[in-house]
Amino acid sequence: MYRIAINLKDARYYQIATLGLLFVFQLIFSDFGSDLKVLSVTLFGAILGQYCAQKYFSLPVLDLKSPLITSLSLTLLLKTNFIWIYFLAALLAMASKFLIRIGNKHIFNPANIAIVALLLIAPYYVWISPGQWGSAVWFGFGLMCFAGLVLGHATRIDTALFFLTSYVGLLLGRALWLGDPLDIAMHQMQSGALLIFTFFMITDPKTTPDHRFGRFLFTFAVALIGFSLQFSFQIREGLFYALAIVCIIRPIIDWLLVHERFEWVTHKQKP
Amino acid sequence: MTRLFLTILTFGALMSSQAFAFCGFYVSKADTKLFNKASKVVLARADDRTVITMANDFQGDAKDFAIVVPVPSVITKSQVNVAENRIIDHLDAYTAPRLVEYFDSNPCQQMHMEMMMRAATLSDGGANESVMGLAKRAKSLGVTIEEEYTVGEYDIVVLSAKQSDGLLTFLNQEGYKLPEGAEKVLGSYIKQDMKFFLAKVNLDAFEKSGFTYLRPLQVAYEHKKFMLPIRLGTLNASGPQDIILFTLTKKGRVEPSNYRTVKIPSNENVPLFVENEFGEFYKSMFDTAVEQEDMKAMFLEYAWDMGWCDPCAADPLANEDLKTLGVWWLNAPAAKQPGPVPLPGQPRIMPVPQGGQDVFVTRLHARYTAETFPEDIALQETSDRENFQGRYVMQHPYTGVAECSGADDYYAQLPERFEKEAKYLANITGWDINDIRSKMQKNGQSFDMKAKKDPRPWWERLWANGDDE
Repeated sequence: MYRIAINLKDARYYQIATLGLLFVFQLIFSDFGSDLKVLSVTLFGAILGQYCAQKYFSLPVLDLKSPLITSLSLTLLLKTNFIWIYFLAALLAMASKFLIRIGNKHIFNPANIAIVALLLIAPYYVWISPGQWGSAVWFGFGLMCFAGLVLGHATRIDTALFFLTSYVGLLLGRALWLGDPLDIAMHQMQSGALLIFTFFMITDPKTTPDHRFGRFLFTFAVALIGFSLQFSFQIREGLFYALAIVCIIRPIIDWLLVHERFEWVTHKQKP
Repeated sequence: MTRLFLTILTFGALMSSQAFAFCGFYVSKADTKLFNKASKVVLARADDRTVITMANDFQGDAKDFAIVVPVPSVITKSQVNVAENRIIDHLDAYTAPRLVEYFDSNPCQQMHMEMMMRAATLSDGGANESVMGLAKRAKSLGVTIEEEYTVGEYDIVVLSAKQSDGLLTFLNQEGYKLPEGAEKVLGSYIKQDMKFFLAKVNLDAFEKSGFTYLRPLQVAYEHKKFMLPIRLGTLNASGPQDIILFTLTKKGRVEPSNYRTVKIPSNENVPLFVENEFGEFYKSMFDTAVEQEDMKAMFLEYAWDMGWCDPCAADPLANEDLKTLGVWWLNAPAAKQPGPVPLPGQPRIMPVPQGGQDVFVTRLHARYTAETFPEDIALQETSDRENFQGRYVMQHPYTGVAECSGADDYYAQLPERFEKEAKYLANITGWDINDIRSKMQKNGQSFDMKAKKDPRPWWERLWANGDDE
C-alpha cells in the first residue's frame, strides 16, 4: 500500500509551486509554450516511470514530488512537435534516476539527462528555446526561486549561489575583456532557461557533491564548461551538456571529499 | 584553410518610407547624414555552411555608399557574389503578411467561397591609390589588408586589425565616417577574432553594369557562428531601426536564442476597409506589437516549408533562385517554375509538389535600439516545422436577396460580428474604435444590415419570366 506524505519543510513543494506558476505564465504569455496536454502527458510518463521503478525496487512511499518537478522542468524547457516525445522524455528521466546510480545516489539530474539524451539522439525532433522569457518575468521568477530555496530550508542554496556567481562572473569577465558594455552581460543573464537550470537542475541535492567544497568545484566546472560550449563552440544548450558531463565525474568528487549524504526531509523514518 | 567566422551585419529595409536598407553600418564618404532605418537580410544555412545576402536599398548617391561588416575571417573573392533584387523581392512577397477574403453565401443556401487577395508586399520598396601605399599605411597602424578585389559594382577590402584605435584611424583616413562609440565595438570584434569586410561602390563598374540600383551583396562562409551582428548598426542610428531576417534552413524554424520570439497577431477577421489600407494596417499592427513587447522581442511573420503555401502571396521560389540565395543542399533536378500560379478568385492553393525540397523559410522582424537589443542576435535552428503566417481575413457579408427565416438570424448576428472585428482591429493597431466603426459603415459593413427582400409581390415572382421585356 502506497502512502503519500507531506512535509512543508520539504523545499520541493516550493519548487513545484514556482515551476507551476511559471508554467501558467508561459501558458498565457508565450506563443511557443507548452499546454496542459503536454504537461499531462509528461506527468503521466514520469509518474508511470516512478511507479514502476518503486514497485520493482519495493519502495513503500510513492514519491510524486520528483516526477512533478521533472515533468514541469521538461515541459518548460523541452520543445518538440511530437507529444509522445514528452512521454518518452519523462520515462527516460525517471529510468535514469533509478538505473544510473553509484553508491546509492543517482548520477544525473533526471530532467537534464532526458533533455541531453534527446538533443543527442533526436536532433531533428527536439530543441530548447532559451530566450523565451522577458526580463521582468526573469527578475520576478528569480526572486521566487530564491525565496523558495530559503523558505524550504534547502541545505543546497549554496549550490545555486556558487553556480550563479561563477557563471555571472564569467559573463562579466568576458564583457570586460571585450570592452563590451555590462548591459550585454546583464542581457545574457536574463534567460528563463538559466534560472530553471540554476534552481531546479544544478541544485538537485541528490546529484551534487555532499561536501561543500566539492559543490563549489562541481558548480564552477559546470559554469566553465557551459560557458565555453556556448561562446567558443556556439552550442546554445551548452549548460545542459555541461551539467551532464560534470555529473559523470561527481562520484569522484564525493569519493575524494567525504561528507554526510543528503536526504530529503519527507516523513518520519521508521526505526 | 581559413575558417570563416562571419559576423554578419544588419541590413535590410522595410516599412519605413525612407527605408535605406543595408543599414548595418552606413558610413558616409561625404558628411551626408545617413540614417539606417531598416534592413533586409537573407541567411541560407545548413551544417555551418552559410550564405548571407544583404539587400541594398540605398537611396543616396552611389558614391556615398560604404559599409563595414565584421566578418569572422578573410573572405576571398570567390566567396562574394552580387545577386539581383528580384530574388529578395520575391522572397519578401512570398513571406509577406497576407489579406484573404471570404464571401458569406446566401444564408438561405449555405456555401462558401474563398478568394485570395494578393498580399501587400511591404517593401516599397574614390580616387584610386596605389595598393602598395595603402598597404603600407595600413601596416603602420596595425591594420593588415587581407584581400582587395572588385565584385560586380563593389570594391571590397577585407581587413584584419590588432588594435581598435589603429583600425579606427585607418578607416577615418580612408574617409569612412565612423559613429561615436565605434571604437569599443570594433575592439570587441577584434578580440573575437573578426575581420572587417568593407564595401564601396566602384562607379565605373556600376555604370557599366547598367543597373540603376545597387545589387544585394552576398557572402558565403562556413562557420559555427549563427548570428547577426547588429551592434555597429545601432551606433549611427537616429532611432529604432527594423530588420527583416529571412532564413532558409533544412531542419525547421529559426529563432533568436537570446531574445524572445513572438508571433505577430494572425488568422483573425478584420473589417473590409483594411483592404484599402493594408500597408497602413500592417504598420500600425507591428508598431503596437513592438510597443507591447517593449521593443525587446523578435516577431515571427512567416514560417513555412518552401515547397508550398496556403494561400500563396507569391509563388514559392524556383530552385535556381534558392540556390542563388545559398541553398546549397538542393540537389534534386532543378524544377523550373514550381507549380501553378494562383490567381485571385481561385480556391485554396494546394501543396506544390516541386519547389524547394527540405527548405524551410522563416521570416523574423524586429525593431530595436542599442538599449533594447544590446547584444548581437544569436540565432538557432529549431526542429519546429509548424507552419505560421501573418494572415488576415476579410469576410464579406451577404448582400443579395435573402428570404427565409434563417436570413433574419444571419443578419441579427452581423452587428456582433462586425463589432468583434472592430474591437480586434482597434486592439492590434491602436486605431480609434469610433473611426474604425465609421469606416466600416462606409465600406459595406453597416451595423444595421437587414435581409434584402425582393420588392415584387409574390405572384409576380411566380411568373416572372421576363414577359414584360
